[in-house]
Amino acid sequence: MTGVFAVAPALPLHTAGPYVAAAYIVFVALILIYVAIMARKQRRTERELAQLRRDLHLPDQVRPADERAPEGRPQTELPQERIA
Amino acid sequence: MRATFAVLAKDLRLELRTFETLPAMVLFSLSTFVIFHFALGRSAVGGQLAAGILTVTLLFAALLGAGRLFVAEREQGGFDAFLLAPVDRTSLLAAKAAAMFLFLALLEVVAVPAFGVLLLGPALGPRLPGLIAVLALADLALAVIGTLVSAIAIHTRARDMISPIIGLPLLLPALIATARAAAPVLSVHGSGAPPGKWLLILALYDVVFALIAYAVFDFLLED
Amino acid sequence: MTSYGRGLRGLSVATIATITVALALVFFYAPLDANQGFIQKIFYIHVPLAIVALCGFVVGGLLAIAHLRTGDRKWDLRSYVAIHMALIFGVGGLITGSIWAKASWGHWWVWSDPTLVSFLIVMLLFATYQPLRFSIEDPERQARYASVFAIVAGAFVPLNFIAVRMAQGVVHPRVLTLTGGRLPGSMGLTFAVSLLGIALLYATLWNYEIAAKRARMQLRRLRRAALGDDAAGALGRSAAPS
Repeated sequence: MTGVFAVAPALPLHTAGPYVAAAYIVFVALILIYVAIMARKQRRTERELAQLRRDLHLPDQVRPADERAPEGRPQTELPQERIA
Repeated sequence: MRATFAVLAKDLRLELRTFETLPAMVLFSLSTFVIFHFALGRSAVGGQLAAGILTVTLLFAALLGAGRLFVAEREQGGFDAFLLAPVDRTSLLAAKAAAMFLFLALLEVVAVPAFGVLLLGPALGPRLPGLIAVLALADLALAVIGTLVSAIAIHTRARDMISPIIGLPLLLPALIATARAAAPVLSVHGSGAPPGKWLLILALYDVVFALIAYAVFDFLLED
Repeated sequence: MTSYGRGLRGLSVATIATITVALALVFFYAPLDANQGFIQKIFYIHVPLAIVALCGFVVGGLLAIAHLRTGDRKWDLRSYVAIHMALIFGVGGLITGSIWAKASWGHWWVWSDPTLVSFLIVMLLFATYQPLRFSIEDPERQARYASVFAIVAGAFVPLNFIAVRMAQGVVHPRVLTLTGGRLPGSMGLTFAVSLLGIALLYATLWNYEIAAKRARMQLRRLRRAALGDDAAGALGRSAAPS
């Protein structure tokens, strides 16, 4: 086994290429998967932060109210009633 | 030291009264030999194969026993009682590891002759001294790591699953050494003496893990 | 507590720069290996990933010692993230190593290679870290037991390598290339830069993950402070420190 590298002939480029490419693609893919998972967690954090704002009856400063009208309106109106 | 003996005596008395762990380990080992006979389709084995079968069987029997090690403490508040007692906490580790070692030794008193009769090709008699040396060191590793893993797993929800999945990789180096050390002992035309290199590795593994277990065991009891 | 991911920007820039340089060196500067040819380029990604993963496991153990010594849970968080990242890097190391084995030996897995086998055993052990955490509900106990596990497993890493190497009794060719001084200077430089790049990537992701975890923990704490314990909602069991 010690001499295995000496015995094995060097693979020609067209054979070796895909393997090397595959190895580096695995590396990049792992990072991308990690980033995707972290992005999902980030979205969840943002959602919870918005929820906390709503629960504390703070005006939703993060997004303009009219941008998400159907869902956002009752929630943004609620604090005004409270204040009034 | 007295606390260690007290806990050990308690465990042995408990085992004598209930016969809960040891008979199960023995029966499990015998069944495993039968399974190996049919799975391999051989009526007599020797050398590396025999060493592997014996090692694997003892390993799983040990995991079976380790799973029961702290059950009485957990179910009947023994942990709290022990923590209230003004004794060194590592004496619990020492007592449990000693109990585990004794269980394994007793198991082997039955299982090894049974293995010799059921599966082993070459005669067991002349090979016994070498085998005892290997198994004594292997039992020490099984006892120390089994106790440590069992103490970690006892407070988890899925403890029946947690202790083998942690224990198996942790025990792998010891198992490699045991199987390699026992192979020449059990071979048909072997010298009957285990290779010193593997005995040394096993002994070192025992010592290192005993020290690690001693260092961390305190933290498994704090409450 | 307010600055999440302090120094993360500098670290990210350094990581990107180093990895870019490393890739350039790998493909345009380092000579083709005399025996292996082009396939040897995998070496520059596989070995750093594996080395960084193993170091990450050991670092996780050291951070766990700090946790048990001080009782401060922030060390548990650090230890957890160190092991978590090392697992990801380790998976990368295993896959790239498998690809290399297939290319140069014709098999996806080779048992005669002690480094590969030891690495697999270490991965199998650390793969149980998350299930262990997950099955302990009390957060304080979870942190303590996880630290005990991390210390034991961290000490296991070098021991396991010694035992498996002796079992095979064969010196691995790759290690021979590394330690035997057969690595030409240009290859050595390329390898060093690659290793540095991967190590920096590990540090960056570690930092990033900690920042994200701390932000979430802070959010949960705020919620509890503002709305009371019930409002924090069902936490759900989690393997992560909380």
